Amino acid sequence: MAGGPSLMDSLFQRSLEDLIKGLRLHNLAAGTAAGTPESSTFLSKSIDEVRREIKSTDQQTKTTALQKLTYLHSLYAIDMSWAAFHAIELSSSTIFNSKRTGYLAASISFNSSTDVILLLTHQLRKDLNSGNPHEVSLALQTLSSICTPDLARDLTPELFTLLNSNKGFIKKKAIATVLRVFELYPDSVRVCFKRLVENLENADVGIVSAIVGVFCELANKEPRSYLPLAPEFYRILVDSRNNWVLIKVLKIFAKLVPLEPRLGKRVVEPICEHLRRTGAKSLAFECIRTIVCSLTQHELAVKLAAEKIREFLTEDDPNLKYLGLQALAAIAPKSLNAVVENKEVVIKSLSDEDVNIKFEALRLVMAMVSEDNVAEICRVLINYALKSDPEFCNEILGSILSTCSRNYYETIVDFDWYVSLLGEMARVPHCQKGEEIENQLVDIGMRVRDVRPEVVHVGRDLLIDPALLGNPFIHRILSAAAWVSGEYVEFCKNPFELMEALLQPRTNLLPPSVRAVYIQSAFKVLTFAAYFYFYPEEALAASISGVGESVHNGWCEQSSDSVSGQTVTFSEPDEGFNPRMLHQPQKDASGNDGKKMISDLEQVSSCSVKMGHFTKDCLVGMVNLVESTLRPMAGSHEVEIQDRVKNVLGLIELIRQEIHGCLVPKEEENDRGELKACEIVRVMHDAFSEELGPVSLSAQGRVPLPDGLELKENLSDLEAICGDFRIPVLSSFSLEKPRSLEKDVVTVSDQQNEEECEPSSESTSLLTEHRKRHGIYYLPSEKKEKVPNDYPPANDLSMQDKVNDEVDYLVKLTEKSLVPKKKPIAKPRPVVVKLDDGDRIHINETLPELKEDLISDAVQEVLLGSQAVASSSRTDKSDKSSNRRSRKETFRPLESNADSTTVEIAELGNKNSRRIKHRTHGKERSHRSSKKATGESDRSDRPNSSHPHGKHKSRQRADGMENVAAESPVIPDFLL
Amino acid sequence: MIHFVLLISRQGKVRLTKWYSPYSQKERTKVIRELSGLILTRGPKLCNFVEWRGYKVVYKRYASLYFCMCSDQDDNELEILEIIHHFVEILDRYFGSVCELDLIFNFHKAYYILDELLIAGELQESSKKTVARLIAAQDALVEAAKEQASSLSTIIAQATK
Repeated sequence: MAGGPSLMDSLFQRSLEDLIKGLRLHNLAAGTAAGTPESSTFLSKSIDEVRREIKSTDQQTKTTALQKLTYLHSLYAIDMSWAAFHAIELSSSTIFNSKRTGYLAASISFNSSTDVILLLTHQLRKDLNSGNPHEVSLALQTLSSICTPDLARDLTPELFTLLNSNKGFIKKKAIATVLRVFELYPDSVRVCFKRLVENLENADVGIVSAIVGVFCELANKEPRSYLPLAPEFYRILVDSRNNWVLIKVLKIFAKLVPLEPRLGKRVVEPICEHLRRTGAKSLAFECIRTIVCSLTQHELAVKLAAEKIREFLTEDDPNLKYLGLQALAAIAPKSLNAVVENKEVVIKSLSDEDVNIKFEALRLVMAMVSEDNVAEICRVLINYALKSDPEFCNEILGSILSTCSRNYYETIVDFDWYVSLLGEMARVPHCQKGEEIENQLVDIGMRVRDVRPEVVHVGRDLLIDPALLGNPFIHRILSAAAWVSGEYVEFCKNPFELMEALLQPRTNLLPPSVRAVYIQSAFKVLTFAAYFYFYPEEALAASISGVGESVHNGWCEQSSDSVSGQTVTFSEPDEGFNPRMLHQPQKDASGNDGKKMISDLEQVSSCSVKMGHFTKDCLVGMVNLVESTLRPMAGSHEVEIQDRVKNVLGLIELIRQEIHGCLVPKEEENDRGELKACEIVRVMHDAFSEELGPVSLSAQGRVPLPDGLELKENLSDLEAICGDFRIPVLSSFSLEKPRSLEKDVVTVSDQQNEEECEPSSESTSLLTEHRKRHGIYYLPSEKKEKVPNDYPPANDLSMQDKVNDEVDYLVKLTEKSLVPKKKPIAKPRPVVVKLDDGDRIHINETLPELKEDLISDAVQEVLLGSQAVASSSRTDKSDKSSNRRSRKETFRPLESNADSTTVEIAELGNKNSRRIKHRTHGKERSHRSSKKATGESDRSDRPNSSHPHGKHKSRQRADGMENVAAESPVIPDFLL
Repeated sequence: MIHFVLLISRQGKVRLTKWYSPYSQKERTKVIRELSGLILTRGPKLCNFVEWRGYKVVYKRYASLYFCMCSDQDDNELEILEIIHHFVEILDRYFGSVCELDLIFNFHKAYYILDELLIAGELQESSKKTVARLIAAQDALVEAAKEQASSLSTIIAQATK
């Protein structure tokens, strides 16, 4: 195999150029993509050739083969891991071209999983020591791209030597490579760091540029460690006229200044000077960015930056405009004035042709939102949304929604306006934010009591428009509209119109889940109408006086007496309802609802009193409408729909008898007492008028588990429950109202048990069965809106109470400890707010730690090492701080870092001193002059400087003392 | 730092890739696909920056080639733009008014130049002259070494054509 064929190969080998030409030819002939069959056969043929040629003993042939393979790998993503060994082989060639090809192949294709990479170590070392600077340079380049921890460890001595190379370009490359090596092999910091620092004073701009680049990267990860080097950087900042260098130095200062306020005072002037002087936009922008990110306390600087931003914004160059907007966004939280001054440009940028600029402008506009201007801004944005393409339109809608709902709608004062805005958004042609709008509509309906009439009004407008039903993106919104109109039907001006809207034929375009909500709402509307028909005075009285409590409580007992008998005779679904209603001790909350609507109600009901026949006709009309529409759907295959339709039909059955039965003796009934159906209607209405409230995400977790409740078993053991049914009833109630209402509950259920054990137990079993089927929907633990929307029957009655009570209960629970947030109009739901806040805080606390886990050990070690040199602490920078440290003292540094530091120092000063070694040069030069050094700092300082650098400590030791080393010298750093 | 450098033609063909952060082959292909979709569709008078997965990709079009560099979020975009321009100028100087074909047939040389310019994702040499000098010196080395080795094979190759 070695002799003949390889000679032939070398003679007739396709050169790289041939290969490329061939590929192009085949690509052109075969069409476009590289994936066409013809080109892929050519490709695979070429690879086969390469496989053969690469085994050749002839260096030249091998080189060409590898070069071809490298080409295919880098542009056609052909796997070349199998050729790793050949690359290493060539890198040891004496021919420069072969060596170069070998190294190029290695640097492009090797990764940490390449197993032969260790074989390269020797060759790299040889080349790093080579007398030919170009070979050294090749080796450095390769090392910088394929470095592994092993390589880094083995080659650190060579790198150290090269850091002092007299060839400028070698030195620069060595410096850049050191960065990689530091990351992978932190111990190398101890060896090389001093030389790096020395090079900061190099006269060669290129070298300074390289070194500053390295520090910029390092400071990015852990700025505090480099505070002691600030004087060096300051000198560069003032002296250097090289923009590349200045930009990097500015970046370093942007990181350092927040850690040391006094530093800000020193650098602000030179930075402003650069900003005024420079003609280079890149440098100007970096100055601006440094100022707006880190020097916001210096008003003059901010002002200057704002001026420059303005210049950027008025330029034609889209790049500058984009960056200007970004800078504005950065400055916005601190100086809103700067943004407001440029409002015009920002608003104009919303219609820029560049998407990026538009997005940036949008972000900025959202940052400007406040209570005063939210309406104006939203108006402008909606106008833009109407004009722009679907993507940006939705981006606008999304940011309006998220900004307005931020922190429980804190920017919204006028909820009527906001709700109508939501309705408007639903009608924006490209709107795809249905889910979010749905959530907010329901959420606001529940949270903000005063806005309900408007919510219902908006809902009605949406429901009544048949055109909207055709747009699938809006279905979610319609679902919310239907839900609010049903839930708050008492604010509806015209229930008949609403009923028609809910039952219009085009609703068959809706998905079943939404349709179920529609039917459920129709159910509520029907109940409401029937209630008004049967009890005009009461309805009136309840709504006017806002009492409810006594009346309803009275009703409660009555109803439990009277309805009991009836439940048996009704159709199945009703049975499912009634017993549950009976269990509910009524606690009316609807009494106070919207006074605005009362006058309307008054009219309606007074009408009904006077003109009984008319209302009866109306009711009959409504009943007929509902029945004729829903009857066909009773056979629906969707359980959700079928279930609800059956409920409604059951109610209709009931009402119908009543209407006909009570036609003549209506007066008497009113005097004497109610017929049974009326009772049902009343009870149902009462149940429906219970308020639903928002529930905290963690609500369920806070409810104590009552004795005897086996949540885990999912109530599967039906027999036991039926047999001994008092326990489950009790427990389910105590779950809801563990405190105040337990007694009532007991009495109510006792009554029932005595009077009608039979139906109740039956219904309980139904209940449990339902619970079994929809177990997860009992006691909602996720989104509260979901519950009413998707499973109304499950919670309309019992859940309603449950939710409500739970909130009440939670209010009580947290009353003492939590302060409710103030909201202008919003119905205060402090519990929910606070509970959720609590959760969020909790998450925030844990997140940084996770993040810290991600920060590689290696970097920690680098920092540790360099920190020993730089001798600074990371105390108050908790998210950047090391894993170990944060675990040790998560809370202390946040509160009083100085204290903790001193304590640490006091305790461990002696040990520190030994760890801290490299911080010699810059430190001594610059910091000795510091006068305010406290006792502790002196203590930790002195031993540091006295220790020679370069001592290798064991890793364990370093770990053990990291905190200490990291933190101890915080005070000297402050005395720059 | 710069995470990678991509050269993509207007037709979406990759002309050069250099990765300074570890990406698996699969990720690389995905990145290229995503970015060429993102960048090639952008109009001519738009800004040269796109945000992508929390990074900033700075691109600039020269004739039919898009030069893209991906940098960290807080890197200076204008500086990256200057680096790109710097790279192009050096290429231009080396090849003598560079065109896409030069880069196609001399991809390795483009790599060598880039290696002189950037190391470990950092700008290495801001002087065009120095880069040119270094590359020239390396080429001279190659030529010297190549001379006797390649003479025979080229003759034969020519004869067999």
